[in-house]
Amino acid sequence: MLRLPAFQFHAPETAADAARILAEDPANTRVVAGGTDLWPNMKRRHQGAKTIVSLRSIPEMSGICVDDEGGVIIGATTTLDQITRNETVQEKYPTLVKAIASISSPVLRNTGTIGGNLCLDTRCTYYNQNEEWRRSISYCMKAEGEVCWVAPSSPRCWAVSSGDSVPMLCALGAEITLHSTEGERIVPLAELFNDDGMHYLTKRPDEILTRVRIPAPSGERTGWWKLRRRGSIDYGVLSVAVAGWCSGETTDRIEIWLGSVGSTPVRCSESIDHLIGKPLTAETIAEAAALARKGDGANPLGNTDFAPQWRGKMIEKYVDAVLREVAGLPVERLVPHHGS
Amino acid sequence: MHEPLDPSKKQDQRKSPTGRDFNLVGKPFRRVDGRAKVTGQTRFADDLSFPRMVHMKLVRSTVPHARIVDIDLSEAEKMPGVLGFLTGESMPNPFGILPVSQDEHALCVDKVRFVGDPVVAVAALTEEQAYEASLAVKVEYESLETIATVEEAVATPEPRIHDYGDEGNLHKKLSMQFGDTDAGFEEADEIFEDVMYFEGNTHLPMEQHATVALTEEVDRVTVYSSTQTPHYLHRSLTKVLELPASRIRVIACPNGGGFGGKSDPFNHEVCAAKMALKLGRPVKISLSREEVFYCHRGRHPVLMKIRTGVKKDGTLTSQHLQTALDGGAYGSYGVASTYYTGALQTVTYNLPKYRFDSIRAFTNKAPCGPKRGHGTPQPRFAFEVHLDKIAHSLGLDPAEMRMQQLVPADSVTSNWLKVGSMGLGKCIEAVVEGSGWKERHGKLPEGHGLGLACGSYLSGAGLPIYWNHMPQSGVQLQLDRSGGVALFCGETEIGQGSDSVVAAITAEVLGIDLKDIRLCVADTDLTPVDLGSYSSRVTLMAGNAALQAAERARDLVAKGAAKKLEVPANELVFAEGRVFHGENPEVGMTWQEAVIEAESRFGTLGTTGSYIPPRSPGRYRGAGVGPSPAYSYSAAVVETRVDPETGVYRVEHVWMAHDVGQCINPAMVMGQIEGSVYMGLGEAMMEEQVYRRLPKKRSNALVHKHPSMLEYKSPTFADMPGVTSYIIEDPDPNGPFGAKEVGQGPLLPMMPAVANSIFDAVGVRVDQVPIAPHMIRQAIEARDKGKEARFGPKKFPEVDFGTPLRVPTPEEGGDGKAINIEEAGVREGTGTMTERKDAVKGGE
Amino acid sequence: MDSQDQKAGEHQQVFRLLNVNGEPHQTGFSVHHSLLEVLREQLNLTGTKHGCELGECGTCTVLIDGQPVLSCLELAAECEGREITTVEGMMDGNDLHPLQEAFADLGAAQCGYCTPGILVTAKALLEENPEPTRDEIVSALAGNLCRCTGYHKILEGIEWAAAKMRGDNDYTPPKEAIYGDPLPGEGDSHA
Ligand SMILES: Cc1cc2nc3c(=O)[nH]c(=O)nc-3n(C[C@H](O)[C@H](O)[C@H](O)COP(=O)(O)OP(=O)(O)OC[C@H]3O[C@@H](n4cnc5c(N)ncnc54)[C@H](O)[C@@H]3O)c2cc1C
Ligand code: SF4
Ligand code: FES
Ligand code: FES
Repeated sequence: MLRLPAFQFHAPETAADAARILAEDPANTRVVAGGTDLWPNMKRRHQGAKTIVSLRSIPEMSGICVDDEGGVIIGATTTLDQITRNETVQEKYPTLVKAIASISSPVLRNTGTIGGNLCLDTRCTYYNQNEEWRRSISYCMKAEGEVCWVAPSSPRCWAVSSGDSVPMLCALGAEITLHSTEGERIVPLAELFNDDGMHYLTKRPDEILTRVRIPAPSGERTGWWKLRRRGSIDYGVLSVAVAGWCSGETTDRIEIWLGSVGSTPVRCSESIDHLIGKPLTAETIAEAAALARKGDGANPLGNTDFAPQWRGKMIEKYVDAVLREVAGLPVERLVPHHGS
Repeated sequence: MHEPLDPSKKQDQRKSPTGRDFNLVGKPFRRVDGRAKVTGQTRFADDLSFPRMVHMKLVRSTVPHARIVDIDLSEAEKMPGVLGFLTGESMPNPFGILPVSQDEHALCVDKVRFVGDPVVAVAALTEEQAYEASLAVKVEYESLETIATVEEAVATPEPRIHDYGDEGNLHKKLSMQFGDTDAGFEEADEIFEDVMYFEGNTHLPMEQHATVALTEEVDRVTVYSSTQTPHYLHRSLTKVLELPASRIRVIACPNGGGFGGKSDPFNHEVCAAKMALKLGRPVKISLSREEVFYCHRGRHPVLMKIRTGVKKDGTLTSQHLQTALDGGAYGSYGVASTYYTGALQTVTYNLPKYRFDSIRAFTNKAPCGPKRGHGTPQPRFAFEVHLDKIAHSLGLDPAEMRMQQLVPADSVTSNWLKVGSMGLGKCIEAVVEGSGWKERHGKLPEGHGLGLACGSYLSGAGLPIYWNHMPQSGVQLQLDRSGGVALFCGETEIGQGSDSVVAAITAEVLGIDLKDIRLCVADTDLTPVDLGSYSSRVTLMAGNAALQAAERARDLVAKGAAKKLEVPANELVFAEGRVFHGENPEVGMTWQEAVIEAESRFGTLGTTGSYIPPRSPGRYRGAGVGPSPAYSYSAAVVETRVDPETGVYRVEHVWMAHDVGQCINPAMVMGQIEGSVYMGLGEAMMEEQVYRRLPKKRSNALVHKHPSMLEYKSPTFADMPGVTSYIIEDPDPNGPFGAKEVGQGPLLPMMPAVANSIFDAVGVRVDQVPIAPHMIRQAIEARDKGKEARFGPKKFPEVDFGTPLRVPTPEEGGDGKAINIEEAGVREGTGTMTERKDAVKGGE
Repeated sequence: MDSQDQKAGEHQQVFRLLNVNGEPHQTGFSVHHSLLEVLREQLNLTGTKHGCELGECGTCTVLIDGQPVLSCLELAAECEGREITTVEGMMDGNDLHPLQEAFADLGAAQCGYCTPGILVTAKALLEENPEPTRDEIVSALAGNLCRCTGYHKILEGIEWAAAKMRGDNDYTPPKEAIYGDPLPGEGDSHA
């Protein structure tokens, strides 16, 4: 049986206490929420910590409420399952529910949290492996080694940003609250991420993500699609999130975000620029989709499931499909599984 | 053509002894282990614990091919809880499942051959401590050149991974010719040729292998293990531990899934026993999921070239099949697997002339071996896709064309396999009818397709793994005045339901309730030998042994009761817990009373039954692989949707018909069919055991690409299509009540049926499995550019197979023997074993 | 830090009162031990199995406060005050739970290794949704792998148990689930 290495454990009851413990030795301390990412990583020894701070006993970090402006605030330790069952979220952001309901498997969503999903470690099939396996390849740059085996001549790590709630939340303009002994700061979610597989978050190690806020819906039409091998359990190899605001025929504003195609969530700026001010027709959509592959940071490499070149090609196909869905056009794209 | 045998020899389907309806057979009943399995009471190996038990871990090689220079235990020794270590020199005797390939060591002695090869065993008080200590063991290696593929093995005879084998890094090379194949090709109107590839994949039982060993004396050890083959493990332990077989007891725990992956004797089993003998306390080892991928013994990756001569009406005149197996680092069952990639090509459709060449290469990867269908799914895939192409090209209906070619029942094939009952025609009819094949195949809109394929499998191999004349299965019954029956049998429950089968057959004959039978199984000290749960042998072989033991017990009890009842013993009926006169049911007594009569008359009651398969007509070297007392048959139609723009596809529905001879329990037969469909779909669509080599300039690494449950893709609930199953019952005289196998056969048609359905949907061929969406997409792109509408391998490696062993067919008047042994340079024997002395010595 | 916690060697030890299958267990263990380890190795409840210990297979599923949770990814230290249910807690005295009955009768447990996790997951589903559709069952169980059955017997078993639990004793599993489909042209051969 794979087991966790030993650590010291704390389960504080306030975010302030958690921040204080974390500040004592941020380099050797990690917070855990659901543990569905951290525990496997620690069992495999590619993440470690002397001290673990569980956020689960902090009531203020859990739950869902609506603020004065009609925006929805979700506490970071709210489980994915609680979010998908929440009527307010279902009503206001049905597509977000779809995205979150696609994360892993139902049983995992009972434990996994939204905060953990946003702070999820980047993934790579050379990295998410047991200690012994990684010894066999002399490790890699992201943990203990020197070379990136995905792109050996590259100076950086290309591990993949895989949190499935991220693209949709970015498209909806969510913001997050970061808490530390120095106080709180609110930043747009999109700014949490860094295009580097090793240093994938911009937040400081002593900061705790306490909540996410999604602005009140303002007439956006949304669409979302995830491509993965199996109908459950699997991470996506591509997810596409779109939120579009139109007046009459013209597109006033549109956000197109990709997940799992690079070390950061990818905003398809060229596609977006192409569509602004235009109607969403089969033609404009196809043109925008063709530009999506150029999204800033979209670079499918050989470190996930499926053939990388094919994944690259699928960006266009699935952006096209999701935009068509948003525009109310018929969509014929097939997913490879039955349920979920 | 096939030699028809005397039909009068075919026994009637065996009904219950008196010709009455069955008591139990053919009816759905709760499995005898059902309650234990749904309550968590079943004790799998890892669930066992004993006072003073300690835990063991193996330190496995992190390099693919190297000489061991130094092992440094100094750091590890200091770790908390550590109790002891084992290294290779303490167990110098090699072992292995086949007598001809005794090439494994419990711990590597001088060389490691793949990443995962065990080098050191560490025992500690807790598993956690053993693991931490295992990480502290330092092994220094001197790297050797690595071989990752068959092509590399052919091109790199030196350095050799093993110092035995047919040549260089080819473990096995063989060539056999049945009849004048050239003449057969000349008769043909057209000759078709394909090159196909079947990627390796693995069993992935949900239970990770575990073993617990205990000692009672300095020279006596008991080993509990998740093994499908306690008897073979027993033999290997005898050899490595150098203890008499009578001092070693192996108990196979119920396996949490096996599928062939627990059929070899494994390093960890031997090490646990050795460590227990060293420390004098119970030792447990339980493998991690990653280690299970290293144990492997799964499906060989096989490259195949198939060439068939065909007449315009679809009649097959000749076939030449070439297969190249990537065997991994050890022999395992590989020699048998090699023969199996050719042996069963002949039992479905008439192949009057047939040539088969094959190589198995050693590579620096986890050893391959037997997985569900052992060696036959790969050539079956090639054959069934090839036939689909032939039918398409000749303008024939693929189902109709197959129907025209069926091997007749009670015949002998060109390679001298004796076919008994043969229900393939009925299987094809059922799935064709059920799926609306005639109206829909070739006529569905773009993106929708139907594919058909068939298969056949053994109900147990005709020969044991080592040369002997002893039974392959034995059953012993003990009856006493309680009315209870104790059934002793070496068979192993791996989920397939073997406990229920032997119990049901016994209960059927004795007319008693299943609950009155107490099973004692898979214990080499207490139960008669059964060779194990592999090659779908248990229902037929242990079933026949149980039938014989039960019939003998029934006869004894009948004699006792007859005297008391004053009716002839042969007129007594055993049913519903009673023994009574067939014509006059009031004249009778309870089963318990009847046993008391018999025990009073004969003393303590016990009977035995055993089973040895009939001798097969083949007499050439290699004829040992392929024969079976009975062949099962299956046919499938698969309906698939394909998105031509992305290549993404989804199997929408499966129709599967399987000829099981006779159901012992239909609910369990259905379970095996559905489970086979499931595993076949996984193999067709996503499962692969593949490797990753890092850039050679920078690293010598050659590793399993993804030894995890997440990245090795096993379909989930959400990936399983609807299945319509048809149970076809064409009883075979060799089976107990006519029963044949069902555990493996229905897997075989799945992979080719999926490939054929994709062709029907989008008109392109993917000639390899698993079929990934990008392959379909690439084939479509190739077609759109005017190139061949196909994705798949292009060529078979250049190999000089020399002169084939020539065996005239029955039709040519052959006698089952080869006619050019000298010229072909072939030794005598069956091909998988050495000599008679193996029977006693445990294989050398 | 919990006042009960103490240190032994390098491993932080904790004592917890765990409520498993309605029974209180006062038990001590290292704080980094998973619920799976404590159930199997400390409390000897070996009915809960494991296939990966990484959250990838569902085999180790138990219920915590009625919800299916992967015990391999749960710290036992965080389970105090919560209701833990394992397969051992499904029987009522010596009587099987309707799900257990149905699984045993249909052969929904072949090797039986995935079964404990699937049974408790199905139990949670039926307690929340007494009449689930096929799709709802599939969605609820999608995180539990089974290598033996091909899932159909499990689905049929859950539907059967659901009917029994709703008091619908006339419900029987479809005949073709047990005997296969009637052969074309033969009509219902199992009538
Ligand atoms: C088999 C399997 C399949 C999966 N499939 C998917 C999938 O399809 N899609 C997907 O998106 N994810 C998937 N996941 C990953 C994971 O389950 C989810 O992302 C989940 O939401 C993570 O949440 P958690 O609370 O369990 O994270 P944890 O493991 O608790 O934390 C994850 C990381 O975030 C940090 N962290 C957590 N909370 C905070 C916080 N509040 N502030 C600061 N840092 C924090 C932790 O220190 C840790 O580094 C899968 C996991 C597994 C094991
Ligand atoms: S992308 Fe490169 S550096 Fe990053 S985890 Fe993968 S192999 Fe390691
Ligand atoms: S053991 Fe596989 S999910 Fe827990
Ligand atoms: S019954 Fe064997 S894994 Fe499900």
